[in-house]
Order: sequence, then structure tokens, then C-alpha cells
Amino acid sequence: MQVGLIHFVALAAILFSIGMYGALTRRNAIGILMSIELMFNAVNINFVAFAKFISPVEITGQVFVVFVIAIAAAETTVGLAIVLLIYRNFKGVFVDRVNLMKW
Amino acid sequence: MLSETASLVFYTIAFVTIASAVMTVSLKNIFHSALFLILCLFSVAGIFILCEAEFLAGVQVLIYVGGIAMLMIFAVMLTRQLTSFNVKQLNEQKALGSLVAFCFLLIALGAASKTLSVKGGFPLAENPHISGNTTHMLGNLLLTDYVLPFELVSVLLVAALIGAVVLAKKDEE
Repeated sequence: MQVGLIHFVALAAILFSIGMYGALTRRNAIGILMSIELMFNAVNINFVAFAKFISPVEITGQVFVVFVIAIAAAETTVGLAIVLLIYRNFKGVFVDRVNLMKW
Repeated sequence: MLSETASLVFYTIAFVTIASAVMTVSLKNIFHSALFLILCLFSVAGIFILCEAEFLAGVQVLIYVGGIAMLMIFAVMLTRQLTSFNVKQLNEQKALGSLVAFCFLLIALGAASKTLSVKGGFPLAENPHISGNTTHMLGNLLLTDYVLPFELVSVLLVAALIGAVVLAKKDEE
């Protein structure tokens, strides 16, 4: 079967759902960040597929992917800094143990 | 539509992507999860090449695999007691979480197939082939139409960098 837009969209939907499952069920904060990266990648697949199949003349979708990747990098940096801080204060990175904002 | 060969390549890469993503979210050892995340990011770069986004595939490998995944592995190594097998890795929302993710998948797939099956309702391009050098086109777009978001992203990156340093540095007693 030849691959069209629907296959790319389906792949992105499956990848996003896997990431969502991971983000909802992981206890480890780093695991949650990894799942969020999976979801970002699913969105990026959608952007490039739509750029190819809908507007191949102006590649606006690919421009958006550049911004998504930049913002994902910023998010991961701050997220991992927060994880290290949690590790230092709670002696672990399991988010269900982090139940205090301040004490 | 992609050609026959490209379709075969797509199915292979899609299988690798999904399998490694499943391993990423399900493995108990978080370090192995990080390694499978790298495989998944690589195969997403392959998908980008199939969509004629060669520059983005390179960016994906450089930033995600070279930067973000390495950062993840650093964080895994800096935080102990993660890789032992007797530590529970999933919380008590396991059943509910898989149900929510599965329902989301059904809704997304249903909406996508319904939308794309409407005749003339979705403006698909006649000839889905990006003509020209995508790197050249991206550079042009980033410095003309999208120059304001481009500059804003650089400000955001600086802010994130400073914020991460401030958060992660040890308090001076």
C-alpha cells in the first residue's frame, strides 16, 4: 500500500499516545521528560507531513518545526535543572514523593 | 503519495519508531529508556527525510540526539537509585493512564481518517513534492516572514539557559 498523508498522521497519533501514556504513568521525573519529548516529536512529524502534502510551495510547517525544536530544548534544560533540584531536596526523583511546595 | 520503495522505507522506519517509543515508556531501567529514546529520535529524523525536510533531519540529530538525549543521560547518571530493578517505575494510575492514552489514540485516528476522507474538503496538494532547496527556503523564511518569532526564540533560549544555571547551582551557605 502506498503511503499518503494519513499514514504520517496515524504514526504521529500513535507516537503521541505512547508519549501521553508515559507522561501519565511514569514515576520518574526524567521518564516523564522523555515521554514529553516523544510527544513533541509526534507533533513535529505532523508538521513536516502537512508541509509536504498540503503546501509544498511554501514550507511553513518546517519553519514551525524549527521553533518547536528550539522551545523543546529550552523546556528540557529547565526541566532537568528542576529535576536535579528535586533530587537534591527530596533525595529522589519520583514525582509522587514530591508533595510539598515549600516547608 | 510516496513511491513503492519510499513506502517500504516508511513502514520500516515507522515500526522502529513505534517499537522504540514503546520501549522508552515501558522499560524499568531508565538508562535503557534513554538509549531507546535516542533510537526513536533517530528514526524520527528518517521520517523527516521521507518528508523532504533534510535540514530538519540534521537539526533533529544535532539537537535532540546530540543535545537533549545526552542531557537526559547526564541527568540519569547524576541522580542515583534509579536503575535498580526493585524500584517501582510506574505510579498507581497505570490502568487509568493507558485507558486515557488509548481513548486519545482512537479519537485522533478517527478524526484524522474522517477529515482526510472528505472529498475536496481537505486541500491536498496535487503534486506533493517540495521543489528546491529546503535549507535555502527555511533560511529565507526565518529571516523575512518569521524574523520576529526567530528573535523571540533566541531571547527565550537565553532566559532558559540563565534559569537553568540559577536553578541548578548550589546554594551558597
